[in-house]
Amino acid sequence: MGMTIAEKILAAKSGNKTVVPGDVVTVDVDTVILFDNNFMPTNWREIIKVADPSKIVVTFDHRVPAPTQQAAAAQVTGRAFVKQFGIKRFHDVGHNQGISHQLVADYGYALPGSVLLCSDSHTCSAGVFNCLARGVGGPDIIYAAIKGQTWFRCGETVRYELVGKLPEAVTAKDAFLQIAGVHGEHATMNVEYGGSGVAGLSINARKTLSAMSAELSAEFATFEADAALVEWISARNPAPFVPVRPDADAKYHAVRKVDLSALEPLVALPDSVVRNSYPVSKAAGTRIDQAYIGSCANGTQDDIELAARVVKGRRVAAGVRFIVIPASQTVYRDVVASGAVQVLLEAGAMIAPPTCGACGGGHMGVLGPNEVCLTSSTRNFKGRMGDPSSQVYMASPATVAASALTGVITDPREFMQ
Amino acid sequence: MSTGQAMNFKGRVWIVGDNINTDLILPNKAFYLTHEEQALYVFSANRPGWAEQVKKGDILIGGSNFGMGSSRAAARSLKNLGLSCLIAESLNGLFMRNCVNFAFPALECPGIHAAFTEGEEAEVEFERAQVCNVTHGTALSGKPLPAPLMALVQAGGVYQLLEKEGLIAPKV
Repeated sequence: MGMTIAEKILAAKSGNKTVVPGDVVTVDVDTVILFDNNFMPTNWREIIKVADPSKIVVTFDHRVPAPTQQAAAAQVTGRAFVKQFGIKRFHDVGHNQGISHQLVADYGYALPGSVLLCSDSHTCSAGVFNCLARGVGGPDIIYAAIKGQTWFRCGETVRYELVGKLPEAVTAKDAFLQIAGVHGEHATMNVEYGGSGVAGLSINARKTLSAMSAELSAEFATFEADAALVEWISARNPAPFVPVRPDADAKYHAVRKVDLSALEPLVALPDSVVRNSYPVSKAAGTRIDQAYIGSCANGTQDDIELAARVVKGRRVAAGVRFIVIPASQTVYRDVVASGAVQVLLEAGAMIAPPTCGACGGGHMGVLGPNEVCLTSSTRNFKGRMGDPSSQVYMASPATVAASALTGVITDPREFMQ
Repeated sequence: MSTGQAMNFKGRVWIVGDNINTDLILPNKAFYLTHEEQALYVFSANRPGWAEQVKKGDILIGGSNFGMGSSRAAARSLKNLGLSCLIAESLNGLFMRNCVNFAFPALECPGIHAAFTEGEEAEVEFERAQVCNVTHGTALSGKPLPAPLMALVQAGGVYQLLEKEGLIAPKV
């Protein structure tokens, strides 16, 4: 019987001929990523041995540079771990640092057909690289670092067939909001993205969709590989790989078409993205205190350059804090070189160093009582970015940038004619 | 450890809705506190004062997609709060992993949300995924945890296992 991309990789990695929904399999893990939160005293358990130090990546991303003594202490523990086991792929605060999921893209850490784990829920981001990547728990990461294996429960797969081309000022974030708004959560299921529309999306744009699939509660998010993807990886990682295609007779829970050309800028209202998306007009005029662009989902060069295009020659509205966070030092250097940072600074944006920052309510733009934020980051849960009484709306970087200029939630097409 | 010992629970139920997220269970501001202190922040944003009312052995009933969101140890907080188990329409996959990791019994049981009113009494046979509304005498069948995962729960979770094998240092 035919298999989806996720099923094929699960089968190959578990040594089974086929895997079907419901199966629980043990698989070899190719890449294990640890980050600063793993090393917090409440989370960390001292590891006595690791299976293979060359399969481990360590970065500090959630709280960087350390905003508190506790965060600093976690980094001290992390550096000791790196030293003890001779971890080569270590992204300490400095030249090579970044949000783990962005580093996977920057350095080509995820090869098609491979298995990658990290105990950040947005690890499905790496599924853009035609591999099996998922967020797991802290204990899963310690187990995988030690044993070189993990278990997966195979779920059914929903296939999203992307067709058409996104209109001006409409982004992959809007495509995600459309899917989450119409189809809601996908708990226990995988999502697989394919179709003729994929070719028109940059790798960064595809990565927005794969990262945001965590918000669908997807188990795995996978993309088909095309020439652009193969080229991206080959330029960053010399290791050989074979792309994994779904079988023609793969069995899906559902196949759903998304016409990218028919989309418009959308916004998710506060507290959830599950069946909570509307055209921007629904929330237009809502006053905001903060506009936020960043995170593993929308801190790429594309996102920051898009924001720069919107605000070029204009000023951020009085009373609005416009915070822009490149997702990695590589991205930061690229957007400085392209001139986007200069444009944003002149408009009045604050550029913060690469970090998850306020996306998880950690630092760099945490919200106070009753404040309103429009964000292009990953989550808008109640209290996610700060005080429980604060409200977080979610939209694309274009919509966030346009709203930063007006001080109210604004359709970006007004600024992108 | 407790292999062979039946995991049966009987207790008063609390009920929450669909899409309960991890940040409501374990908010960021509690990250640096002790595990015991973290437990008192469960639902502090959406149901202030609730954590203090929970008694040891109470059972939590949730809707669909329970535990959506982050990889944080939200399941550990529910366990430390004294809840004996969680039964939901469906569980987020990452959250379910953490339930297994921390040996917190959690079951998927379609129909559970409508079968109970808060304050009623439930009886749960975890291994067989059987749930009974003691108050009304009605019964439901859930989805038993796959055998390897059940074994992990019965072993006391991932850290117990690794500690026993000498692969992580004992908790100081």
